[in-house]
Amino acid sequence: MDPLRQSASPCSSRPSSPKTPPCEMLGYVGIEAVLDQLKIKAMKMGFEFNIMVVGQSGLGKSTMLNTLFKSKVWKCTLPGLAMPTPQTLQLKSVTHVIEEKGVKLKLTVTDTPGFGDQINNDKCWNPILGYINEQYERYLQEEILITRQRHIPDTRVHCCVYFVPPTGHCLRPLDIEFLQRLCRTVNVVPVIARADSLTLEEREAFRRRIQHNLRTHCIEVYPQKCFDEDINDRILNSKIRDRIPFAVVGADRQHLVNGRCVLGRKTKWGIIEVENMAHCEFPLLRDLLIRSHLQDLKDITHNVHYENYRVCRLNESHVLPHGPCWVNLAPTPPGPSVAPGPSKACTQAREDSDDN
Amino acid sequence: MTSEVARHLLFQSHMPTKTTCPSSQVSDDEQKQKRENIRSLTMSGHVGFESLPDQLVNRSIQQGFCFNILCVGETGIGKSTLIDTLFNTNFEDHESSHFYPHVRLKAQTYELHESNVQLKLTIVNTVGFGDQINKEESYQPVVDYIDAQFEAYLQEELKIKRSLFNYHDSRIHVCLYFISPTGHSLKTLDLLTMKTLDSKVNIIPVIAKADAISKAELQKFKIKLMSELVSNGVQIYQFPADDETIAKINASMNGHLPFAVVGSMDEVKVGNKMVKARQYPWGVVQVENENHCDFVKLREMLICTNMEDLREQTHTRHYELYRRCKLEEMGFTDVGPENKPLSLQETYEAKRHEFYGERQRKEEEMKQMFVQRVKEKEAILKEAERELQAKFEHLKRVHQEERMKLEEKRRLLEEEIIAFSKKKATSEIYQNQSYMASGSNLKKDKDRKKISNAQVLEGGSKRASESMRAGSLLYGAQLEGESRRARESLRAGSLSYRAHPLPQH
Repeated sequence: MDPLRQSASPCSSRPSSPKTPPCEMLGYVGIEAVLDQLKIKAMKMGFEFNIMVVGQSGLGKSTMLNTLFKSKVWKCTLPGLAMPTPQTLQLKSVTHVIEEKGVKLKLTVTDTPGFGDQINNDKCWNPILGYINEQYERYLQEEILITRQRHIPDTRVHCCVYFVPPTGHCLRPLDIEFLQRLCRTVNVVPVIARADSLTLEEREAFRRRIQHNLRTHCIEVYPQKCFDEDINDRILNSKIRDRIPFAVVGADRQHLVNGRCVLGRKTKWGIIEVENMAHCEFPLLRDLLIRSHLQDLKDITHNVHYENYRVCRLNESHVLPHGPCWVNLAPTPPGPSVAPGPSKACTQAREDSDDN
Repeated sequence: MTSEVARHLLFQSHMPTKTTCPSSQVSDDEQKQKRENIRSLTMSGHVGFESLPDQLVNRSIQQGFCFNILCVGETGIGKSTLIDTLFNTNFEDHESSHFYPHVRLKAQTYELHESNVQLKLTIVNTVGFGDQINKEESYQPVVDYIDAQFEAYLQEELKIKRSLFNYHDSRIHVCLYFISPTGHSLKTLDLLTMKTLDSKVNIIPVIAKADAISKAELQKFKIKLMSELVSNGVQIYQFPADDETIAKINASMNGHLPFAVVGSMDEVKVGNKMVKARQYPWGVVQVENENHCDFVKLREMLICTNMEDLREQTHTRHYELYRRCKLEEMGFTDVGPENKPLSLQETYEAKRHEFYGERQRKEEEMKQMFVQRVKEKEAILKEAERELQAKFEHLKRVHQEERMKLEEKRRLLEEEIIAFSKKKATSEIYQNQSYMASGSNLKKDKDRKKISNAQVLEGGSKRASESMRAGSLLYGAQLEGESRRARESLRAGSLSYRAHPLPQH
């Protein structure tokens, strides 16, 4: 899978073609008006963004989502209430449309309650991988139709935020296994959850240790080093890479601090302000995900991860027996390496249906 | 069913708690969203994704833009000049000849920079259009070229390992069709060409060299042209009027089609400025003066307002149409015989199997044919070998016989020689005896005669025997040569036959 992944950088600055002499224009023509045309078109069509949060229960995933988008994206599950902890890993998706200054964003968030909660967490990443690959599959099927839609709905997961519990030591085996598998299929941003239980020095040490772990196990989280285009990108991204994983705190209640209304967590020893860089690194996460790298996340998903999936899929299809309808099934070879998800999940589903 | 493995996928909509729909939502949008289980949220603070369009624009700036213009029109109608004037530069080009036997298309790519926008502009010119005496084949090369660009893109899209973001898009985004300013109506060639091209490319018709028509005639000419186009069902590009910001201006421009343009890169002093114009003894036609010609409108529409829309139309309408037709031609459909949705892959697989089967069959056939031919050839060669062998035997036998005959003759000859030499010896003895008795010349003469006879006989017999020997040698050599040649040819035949080995069964 790795040689495929190094295929190409997502946004190349110069499409290659031979012999294009640069020409001097003797006056103003108006070509730059095309940028405005682009903007108008984009505003009319709206944007789509799909984000997935993965982590054990109680790490504050739902709260984080609410804080990111400053609205009740997800109803927080308080412990002890009606819903018991789920026995199996379930994926739940919710779609919202939010608008800000004329820009419409269709946001889909996918939560994974039950991840890592069981006693035996073996292969708990399979449903998640299956879901991600199913979205790729859906897009691929739309793309190879004869009569295609004008705008193919994009449900592919653009970003997966992985919550690392604040043990203060290092990455656990479950984390490492999961990250290894997921980094090859989707953009992963790891964060240290509930960082208010760590002091600043402990945070730094934890962060260094996590970075060391990631390097040792060759896990490439977003922003990936191999996709840096030019020197500016590299500088910008190395600054980000230095701070990954961000130590974040989520909160959706507002409190009064010094006369200002801020989002924060109130404790007996003080109020932790979420948007204060001195307290936690939530603003960095928000800026990365929304303000500066959203388009880049989408581009890498489309140009790299989706293309890799497509190559694998099209290469293996010609040895398949024909399956029902649009899903072609393949028995995947057993092994620790990542195999395209829907096959595994679907063969198991088929077995289940045979059992029943 | 193992509990760990089963997974659920729910699309949920929450109980309506505190979410309120923003007032700017249109009601049917709401309905649509409700149907799709999507709720709208209000945010209690500034999140910051209004920078999304900027992020998109930045990425586009990094990638660069691509625009391809096709100019169709007769030679000398002013295509290159108009393009030069439109983009305000001097692209390298010289006048083309009028004597080309076929229409060719010449494409050139240039890189233009304006502030931070990089534009890769490709100009495709038709060379020799309308010059031939027989113009039936004139528009076909143009259609072929446009199809070839679509095909190239389709091939790239269908590849397994593709790189679409890196791909230099060469599909034609707009076709400027130059109509010559006769003042009457469209020429047949123009009508035919536009009719063929209208489903493949966005056509914008322009009236070239508009300074040759007066204003009143121009109005009538435009109306005539548009009515002809409409009555013949030619679909030219309509500027889009769905976005409020540009709807009004686009709609009004639609009324000015076709644009009457004048192109010129020469500068003439008018008033106290240098403007682009054409100078005549009776006045100066200014290119950028809206009263004189529609050049500014064309530039406005083509570049400043609708470049992105032209590209989008090409991709979503014309290219999709081409793709659909091409794939259906190749036999793919979306719906199978029992109205079950067929996947492209399944059809492709079926075709692939078919193709392999076909190929196998052909291979078998060829193999059979080859084996047969080899057998035949083998039989022929064997025949030849046998024949040669028989001939050789025959020759050998003949040779032997001759030899024996010769041997016979020789033996006879030698016997004669012996007899003669005996006679000679006895006659010599007689001679000596008679010489001793009388010493007569008669005897000498007789003897001399005898001796000369004997010599003659001897010489003759010697010569005869020599010639016979020579003859027999020669004949023998001939026979040898022939048999050797026969043997060699046989060997060569069998070698060549063995050089092409038989296929193993």
